[in-house]
Amino acid sequence: MNSSGIGVRTPLVDGVEKVTGRARYTADIACDGALVGKILRSPYAHADILNVDVSAARALPGVHAVITGDDCDKTFGVLPIAMNEYPLVRGRARYLGEPIAAVAAEDEATAERALALIRIEAKELPAAFSSADARKPGATPLHEKSPDNINRSVHHEFGDVAGGFAGADLVKERRYNAAEVCQAMMEPHAAVAHYETESGQVTIQSVTQVPYYVHLMLARCMDIPESRIRVIKPFIGGGFGARTETLNVEIIAGLLARAANGKVAIRCTREETFITHRGRPETDVRLKIGLSKAGKITAVECEAVQRGGAYAGYGIVTILYSGGLLHSIYDIANVKYDGYRVYTNTPPCGAMRGHGSVNVRHAFESLLDEMAREMGLDPFAVRRANLLVAPTTSPAGNVINSYGLPECLDRVEQASGWKARKGKLPKGRGLGMACSHYVSGSAKPVHWTGQPDATVNLRIDFDAGITILTGAAEIGQGSSTVVAQVVAEVLDVPLSRIRVIASDSALTPRDLGSYSSRVTLMVGNATIDAAKQLRKHLVEAAADKLDAKPEMVETAGGLYHVAGGQHPGLRFEEVASAALAKHGPITVSGTYRVPTQFHGGKHKGGAIGATVGYSYAAQVVEVSVDEATGQVNVEKVWVAQDVGKAINPLAVEGQIQGGVWMGLGQAMSEETAYDRKGRPLHNSMLEYRIPTIVESPPIEVSIVESIDPHGPFGAKEGSEGCLASFPPALANAVADALGLRIPDLPISPERVIEAIVKRKREARAAQHKRGA
Amino acid sequence: MKKRILTVIVNGKRREDAVADNLLLVDYLRETIGLTGTKIGCDGGECGACTVLVDDKPRLACITLAATCDGSTVETIESLAKGGRLSRLQRGFHEKLGSQCGFCTPGMIMASEGLLRRNADPSEGDIRAALAGNICRCTGYVKIVEAVQFAAKEAP
Repeated sequence: MNSSGIGVRTPLVDGVEKVTGRARYTADIACDGALVGKILRSPYAHADILNVDVSAARALPGVHAVITGDDCDKTFGVLPIAMNEYPLVRGRARYLGEPIAAVAAEDEATAERALALIRIEAKELPAAFSSADARKPGATPLHEKSPDNINRSVHHEFGDVAGGFAGADLVKERRYNAAEVCQAMMEPHAAVAHYETESGQVTIQSVTQVPYYVHLMLARCMDIPESRIRVIKPFIGGGFGARTETLNVEIIAGLLARAANGKVAIRCTREETFITHRGRPETDVRLKIGLSKAGKITAVECEAVQRGGAYAGYGIVTILYSGGLLHSIYDIANVKYDGYRVYTNTPPCGAMRGHGSVNVRHAFESLLDEMAREMGLDPFAVRRANLLVAPTTSPAGNVINSYGLPECLDRVEQASGWKARKGKLPKGRGLGMACSHYVSGSAKPVHWTGQPDATVNLRIDFDAGITILTGAAEIGQGSSTVVAQVVAEVLDVPLSRIRVIASDSALTPRDLGSYSSRVTLMVGNATIDAAKQLRKHLVEAAADKLDAKPEMVETAGGLYHVAGGQHPGLRFEEVASAALAKHGPITVSGTYRVPTQFHGGKHKGGAIGATVGYSYAAQVVEVSVDEATGQVNVEKVWVAQDVGKAINPLAVEGQIQGGVWMGLGQAMSEETAYDRKGRPLHNSMLEYRIPTIVESPPIEVSIVESIDPHGPFGAKEGSEGCLASFPPALANAVADALGLRIPDLPISPERVIEAIVKRKREARAAQHKRGA
Repeated sequence: MKKRILTVIVNGKRREDAVADNLLLVDYLRETIGLTGTKIGCDGGECGACTVLVDDKPRLACITLAATCDGSTVETIESLAKGGRLSRLQRGFHEKLGSQCGFCTPGMIMASEGLLRRNADPSEGDIRAALAGNICRCTGYVKIVEAVQFAAKEAP
């Protein structure tokens, strides 16, 4: 095995820059003499904007540009059919904080003064801040095209659902609610745009996970050819899905730079970053499961209602994922799903880590646990009664090529001491478990172009260094390290010979970006293809020099030689030099296409939820609950995830720990809520209660490797699949500790106390009744 | 805004700069001196990304006025690697993957540096207490604890 190749615990190739402070993030680039861009945001949650008077702001000395909705009549968004958002409000403001105007000024104080001089004339409209209010008859529609405020409804039914329930020994229906949560990555949003008036070129550096989509949306909204745009992704301080769509600040930066004929930096405050949102929508789930005595799931019926916020964004995909990922984890023949994505006067939600799957999985695993307990079945046994056998195809038409869930169950059952400890813990302690899964990239891209799903270029030049040119957006998840390890493995070279250039549209091939956990599988496969092509060139050159046939050439210890031959072997530099003598500097292009048989069912929306390889996870959570305060303390988490093959076990562990922990934040304390006027209540790092290091538990990771037949070296995704099983595992552990079920998220001390008090009251009432 | 002369040692180098009374230490470091390793992650005192050492003690540079550091010694993430060698905490965060996106990392490392200077052999509880004001959104903190434990065992 190569010392830096596949399966080796490898610190990140860009890690030294991060620990030394040399890594330059967008806001650090902005320190370099740009104009300051600032955004004026709507004070109204819902209003017709009649006039925006910027004359006084424009006249202020030191102001270089002021723009409004008049400066851009193009919408932006994700799906070509649902781009209904303007970078700056035109006509109607639909949430409090929506950008209305923007200024570029010489310094921050001048920019602030200019914003204060802008006058907005508006007519306020009735607003809806909950799904229920927005769906009420007579509610004011946010968008003309959706008079009922339903952005998208989905109705899918597979198998014989009624028959499945009729044949069940136990049928239960419950309702669950999960609060809206937000990614809150550590780096606030920022964008730096440079417009060169003479050439009409614009260069943008921003916090994106999807430089290619930013490129497309900038061209669209600035109405200039894509060839005049360069998008460079600097170091990125996390994303978790908040940056998988083009952000309004990115387009505004471009528009401002052009209006100011220069360079403009927008550095959002934390409050603005929360307002930009794109998090996980508040979701109401109604779930019904049918179970046989043996624990076999006979039918599932699920309704999900998502408070989507003011615009489409990724919402249509979210509501489809919620139904699509009811499948492909267990063997369930009969499934009905009804999903509604609702427009409300709140910031738009988007594609947060575990996109679409988390809140529905919470309901599913919670109800399954409750029913198992009622039937006297062990939660592990119930899961085992419903396992799939790969390869197989789900009723929704999704192909499961590898399936490590059985081993995940075994691992966490054993590691947690489940059999010995479950039911025997002291009072106030509990154990809970749950399972989850996720895609390794959506099989079909949202922007269909017919191009390969991933392309990677590999270059070797006179220095015998290998340069990987990839559009894959490194955002801290380790994608640059993965591609470097893949090349190291295929070419049998150390990492020190490899450099990675990631995400600069002037240099790197188009890549769809870092979302839906697509990079390891898709870009990894494209990288293998590129590395094999380069290896062919090198082997042929070595064969010429060794006077042998290419198929006789082998590499070992970095030397090219002929097996059993006299030659001591050619060093890499010698081979590279020979190859360059034949071809000149070599660039090869590797590609990957998802085979069409994995594109999902033919029904409407059937592509969402389809993938080449699903990751699977199981986890056990141990809690202690303080019945006096309602405080839940997570003592420990044991998690196992089937990642196909861990290309970098160190990074996989880190991703799984981070994913579980993000689930913990949602399950225990995080929430973005709004008051009666639509004002956000949790727009700071204090109010948005991210778990600190003090209340964060040890998370013991076990990596399961099912070796997917289509993954690069068998690899699948490793960072999203584990998230969705934390909230239900916690709820199930709390139920074990208290004998009480708390269906809604977060499981805050208030909710725990409420449940305890309610139980006491009911017990007293029952006693009273008996006494009477 | 009134300005005054600030005399301060930053990363071992004595400086004199005219600074406005309301200039924040984080802006002084990032904008005036160009030390962009210190990060801004919140709107004031909530996330710990801007943690630097002032006279050996961790301080939030985003809620510290530069002028109050007159006569002090300020150390940022840029000061830790010496002679081309990463410090023990930098090695720990790099090799143990205590850093993913890296945005909280400078603050995490400086807060940990402050801890190790006052407590050479911290318990896990000491580490967690010392980093309670530093938010990380990537790691779940597991590998951050391991990184600091690793560093504490290494010779300074």
